[in-house]
Amino acid sequence: MTSVSEGTPEQVSRHQVSTVLHRRPRLRLGLLIGPPMLWLGVAYLGALGALFITSLWGQNPFTGDVVREWNLDNFRLLFESEVYRTITIRTLGIAALVTVVDIVIAFPVALYMAKVASPRMQRILVIAVLTPLWASYLVKAYAWRIMLSENGVISDLGGLLGLDTPGYGLTATVVTLAYLWLPFMILPIYAGLERLPDSMLEASMDLGAKTGHTLRRVVLPAVFPAVVAGSIFTFSLSLGDYITVKIVGGANQMLGNVVYDNVGAANNLPFAAAVATIPVVIMLVYLAAARRTGALENV
Amino acid sequence: MSSPAPARNGAPAIAIRGLRKEFGSVVAVDEVDLDIANGEFFSMLGPSGSGKTTVLRMVAGFESPTAGTIELGGVDVTKDAPFSRDVNTVFQDYALFPHMTVAQNVEYGLRVKRVPRAERRTRAQEALERVQLGEYGARRPGQLSGGQRQRVALARALVNRPRVLLLDEPLGALDLKLRREMQVELKQLQRDLGITFLFVTHDQEEALTMSDRIAVFNQGRIEQVASPRDLYELPATPFVAGFVGTSNVLDGDAAIKLLGEPGTFSVRPEKIQLHLDASHVPTQHAVTAAGVVREVVYLGSATQSIVDLDHGGSLIVLRQNQQSSEEGDVAGRGAHVHLSWRREHTVPVTAG
Repeated sequence: MTSVSEGTPEQVSRHQVSTVLHRRPRLRLGLLIGPPMLWLGVAYLGALGALFITSLWGQNPFTGDVVREWNLDNFRLLFESEVYRTITIRTLGIAALVTVVDIVIAFPVALYMAKVASPRMQRILVIAVLTPLWASYLVKAYAWRIMLSENGVISDLGGLLGLDTPGYGLTATVVTLAYLWLPFMILPIYAGLERLPDSMLEASMDLGAKTGHTLRRVVLPAVFPAVVAGSIFTFSLSLGDYITVKIVGGANQMLGNVVYDNVGAANNLPFAAAVATIPVVIMLVYLAAARRTGALENV
Repeated sequence: MSSPAPARNGAPAIAIRGLRKEFGSVVAVDEVDLDIANGEFFSMLGPSGSGKTTVLRMVAGFESPTAGTIELGGVDVTKDAPFSRDVNTVFQDYALFPHMTVAQNVEYGLRVKRVPRAERRTRAQEALERVQLGEYGARRPGQLSGGQRQRVALARALVNRPRVLLLDEPLGALDLKLRREMQVELKQLQRDLGITFLFVTHDQEEALTMSDRIAVFNQGRIEQVASPRDLYELPATPFVAGFVGTSNVLDGDAAIKLLGEPGTFSVRPEKIQLHLDASHVPTQHAVTAAGVVREVVYLGSATQSIVDLDHGGSLIVLRQNQQSSEEGDVAGRGAHVHLSWRREHTVPVTAG
């Protein structure tokens, strides 16, 4: 080993920097997490703050310019207007329904992947779940549009079984969104079940519990945090969506469409900002509720 | 409460016939026959991969045998699911339910069987007190130490009053001191309750300490079933002689020269005496062997010497340090010594 004094000047100064950093753990930590914190603080929270501030401004109805006067007119309009209340409730309902549908479909799939499938089958299924995420959102949404169209696959199949099929509308929106976000529910539940030791299931059976009881009393409570984690994805992604409902939702609007129309056609940025605040507040409430269940501690 | 099928009078607690288990092309358990009596503490001892745990898992119902039958109390349960067998298991990793309190864990089996709440509470509390955890009912498994979790697992199984308790290396994760304490406690518990214990371990000392009888497993087969004393004093095969206690085997030339007959023989190290002078060999010691000390290992309570015999092979000699051991007391490395022991301490072992 060569001593420091024998190195080139560059090596010496590098060594000195390392020594200083070694002695000052706080400085080291600061340098390490500084850039990402800056990004989070300025680009992310800053933008959120700008959004909230803008929502408290107004618009000159004639020129369309933003008027920087503080008032709550935008929120008053949102709460007092029947239309916006309906859209908010509809959006919430869709997001909740998508989440429930995804839980119901994802749980058995994840259970099969984690506890039944052979290691080879397990790998194939993980890839199968992940592959749709590589395809474009629009391609998948339009694929559903074609399948749901009047003479599409779904109405044909429904016809064979003598069923009435939904066509375009809210049901189609829920179905399409549930399809789009399904991987985000399967993967956390799969990871949660993977961590559940087989001996836990055996212990339950050993103590006399049949399969159903074991699922209810042991498996579900153990993967509950994973379900909550997945639901945060599906719920928030659905809450902000406006493309799917445009493609398969018929004339229905969600909150995202109101934002889109006010940014584009109406050019009322302060009102768009006020509307965009609603999903943010809903998500904060949702996260607070999830935290209370203790589900966020072990995700 | 699902009542266990009535036992046939005099039927063994567990009867295993022609049990075989294949995983793909691997034979994990090969033609195992066992009868385990009611109230017996029975151990299955063997190295890892010898099939002992697989046998236990088949008795519990977690694996189904490729061939053979398992009877509990005279009733064939080979095809029964784990939840319909009157056995309970203490798992190696304890497998406590992390989202339940200790009391809820212990009550689980009773709840499944719809035992009324009041009785459930009393029995769970009794079981916890029996393992000295009466105060811990409200805690979560995550808040307990390894030894305490192990006791909870025990209470959770025993509260159901099973016909047979299956224990899968339950002490493996504990440190040596705690393990020794638990060995004594387990044995006491088993004697008090009178339940049949089927205990899996790879630790020969553990098996010798606690068991009424031991089955030694090797490569999916049983090498010998015997009491701890017989297993140690009269090992039937070289594998048993080596796995239980210290391996000390005479064979080939040495056997013919020293014992006058060909074959494989086992001598326990503590039966052999070591002398510097051949004239000190006691008269009742019929077998003597000359050799050179290769290694001397001080073990605290005893000293172990490894001696290379002049006739080939080597033997280990164990000597209690009854007097404070002085250097001159023990023959050092390279010393020429004479070993001697009684003829009856040479046990023939058939190659398995």
